[in-house]
Amino acid sequence: MTQEVGQRMLMAGNNAIARGAYEAGVYFASGYPGTPSTEILEVLSQHREIKAQWSANEKVAFDEAMGVAMSGKRALCSMKYVGLNVAADSFMVFPFAGTIGGFVVISADDPGMYSSQNEQDNRYFARLAEIPMIEPSDPQEAKDYLKLAYEISEKFSTPVLFRTSMRVSHSKGMVTLGERVKVGDSTSFVKDVPNWVVPIFAKSLKAKLDAKFAAITDYVETYEYNRIEKGTGKIGVITSGASYTYTKEILPEASVLKLAITYPLPKQMIIDFCAQYDKVYIIEELDSFIEDQIRVWGVTNLSGKDIFPRTGEFSPDILAKCLFNEQPMQDFSNEFNIISRPPQLCPGCPHRGAYLALKKSGALVTGDIGCYTLGSLPPLGAMHTSFAMGTSIGNAFGFELGGISKVAAVIGDATFIHGGIPSLIDIVYNGGNTTVVILDNSTTGMTGHQEHPATGQTLQGKEVPKLDLVNLVKALGVKHVQVADPFDQKAMYQAIKDALEHEGPSVVITNRPCIFARGEKQRPKTPYVIDIDKCTQCGACQRIGCPGVLPGEQAAIDDVSCTGCSLCAQACKFDAINLKGE
Amino acid sequence: MSKIINILLVGVGGQGTILASKILTNVALAQGYEVKMSEIHGMAQRGGSVVTQVRIGEDVHSPVIEPGEADYMVAFEQLEAYRWSHFLKKDGVLIVNTQKIVPLPVLIGAATYPENILVELKGRVEHFINLDGLKLASEAGNVKATNVVLMGVLSKYMDFPEDAWKNALVAGIPAKLLDLNMKAFASGVAEVK
Repeated sequence: MTQEVGQRMLMAGNNAIARGAYEAGVYFASGYPGTPSTEILEVLSQHREIKAQWSANEKVAFDEAMGVAMSGKRALCSMKYVGLNVAADSFMVFPFAGTIGGFVVISADDPGMYSSQNEQDNRYFARLAEIPMIEPSDPQEAKDYLKLAYEISEKFSTPVLFRTSMRVSHSKGMVTLGERVKVGDSTSFVKDVPNWVVPIFAKSLKAKLDAKFAAITDYVETYEYNRIEKGTGKIGVITSGASYTYTKEILPEASVLKLAITYPLPKQMIIDFCAQYDKVYIIEELDSFIEDQIRVWGVTNLSGKDIFPRTGEFSPDILAKCLFNEQPMQDFSNEFNIISRPPQLCPGCPHRGAYLALKKSGALVTGDIGCYTLGSLPPLGAMHTSFAMGTSIGNAFGFELGGISKVAAVIGDATFIHGGIPSLIDIVYNGGNTTVVILDNSTTGMTGHQEHPATGQTLQGKEVPKLDLVNLVKALGVKHVQVADPFDQKAMYQAIKDALEHEGPSVVITNRPCIFARGEKQRPKTPYVIDIDKCTQCGACQRIGCPGVLPGEQAAIDDVSCTGCSLCAQACKFDAINLKGE
Repeated sequence: MSKIINILLVGVGGQGTILASKILTNVALAQGYEVKMSEIHGMAQRGGSVVTQVRIGEDVHSPVIEPGEADYMVAFEQLEAYRWSHFLKKDGVLIVNTQKIVPLPVLIGAATYPENILVELKGRVEHFINLDGLKLASEAGNVKATNVVLMGVLSKYMDFPEDAWKNALVAGIPAKLLDLNMKAFASGVAEVK
């Protein structure tokens, strides 16, 4: 897609953020896939002027971006909000030293948990780390504010938290493109041990950080992008992010204090604003982050979480209901109890094969984050716990330590690289028996099939040697390692059985790619077909839960979506399912 | 404030709702309108619901459409039409592709696919049209062009000139597939008497 300076086009928030990074002269961008942030790095990587890479995990990404910033160039680190939990160790310490080149970390939050494991309000991270935070409310601002973030970062030598949300990142709006600025390209680092060796000099650096933050707080008091839109009437609203756009829909006449920088807050500006109105509504999704700070200043004519929800996304409709106690529009979906349409494993997904075998084994299965988390749902019901990235292996060892005898952890290839390796080392080191099943489908699946160190290609398309998971696991000291084909149910089940029975840690690695992994879509596939003369209508093929096996009294296979994995054929005891043409 | 046109496209991941929304927004942009839209597409490829909300006009703030505010709704699948029908304005236009894609609860036998969706919706909505988009697309050359058939239907109800739609197709579809898609579009147009 050609992008010319001055062009006005329809752009998604994440694309606009990527464009903002380009225009800001960003030199390096790192991150890890995670909804709703993933597109930022994918789009950024199309600009050859920027070195962009998927890192092994968010902490690694953060550390790398730190190095680039310390070398004097503008660096960007992008992640989903839970990724900041992973990067938090470095994130919390870096501000003590400050930065040289502009350093912006993007946290893409997901209020309403459309695609996430929990709901957390990452605005607190800015407060915890004592750094400023900026929040766009639509794609044009997403682009503009990223550039502002770099200006603030370099003005105060501080990392800046750029906070977006699912709605801003994935909505599209009109954006006018600008030029890429030329920024400094120094390549030197001046030795200054009392500033950069934080652990030894933390006390003095804390005093410096506090003083710096006081200066930032002063600066923000008159920040031109925090603006008041004067309306008529007696109510005021303080808001930011996507909530600003909803506010304009339902309260077009209210006076609105729109915050661009949402930490630190402009105290005097807010106190003066609130004094002008009978009532001021604080419209913010999730926690009372802004409201609590204002209340501490003694402002009392506020209404916030007393009427607005603390969980979930807002919408003009929800806000109107809270504000005006309006009757909801006739909602037919509730009235007629409409069947849900949850996501499911695709036809031909290799995870299905692994789960059918695991289910048969009767093991307690600890799980993790990825497409394979869907294996917990019916009809497979083959994963029993899941929390956060890389947790499954430690959890499994924990269950074993707690006395549960038959436990297996499942983890994806990307997830294993992200955070599973230390856990596996620990099982060997601390003498566990745990079985780990690495579901290696040659991609980072759920987030849209990104590459990772074991797929053989980088974000910017460079061919690189694949990380060899089999040898890695052996090198970690695991003696019992087996590769198994999830589309061969007998072999898969045997591999799991052997692993569970083995005394000592064991690893089983599956070896079929995701149907969307690089190169797979183009591969010709022969579908299976049900011979209705041999079929006894027992339903066994339907019970494996493949969307390609259609329901009804007489099962049939949808030959458009069937990829020929053969799992339904293996489930059939009557030899009624065979390859088309056989 | 000038009028805002709200269009909701609903369907199941893989049905081509996103390409359809690209064609629609290209028409609007070429006609000089500003557009804001929302698309939650996280789980789309894994057979989940996909909803695209398109708002055309000036001074559009929120990228989301409220219940009862959609001027047009194009449903690529019956159950999704049912699920989102309360977003339509009282005098809105509902276009339904009669295709049924079975959701997981039905697949595992925990629920049955409702039988009377089309009858229900016809009774509730002032301007209703349903069609077998798959069949028309197949006749035009490929079932995957169902989304373009539906855009053909929509084009008859909206006020953009037919040429604008054709130009958007030319701009948005690879040359070797253009012929088939133009046929698909035309068959959608022909459905609206």
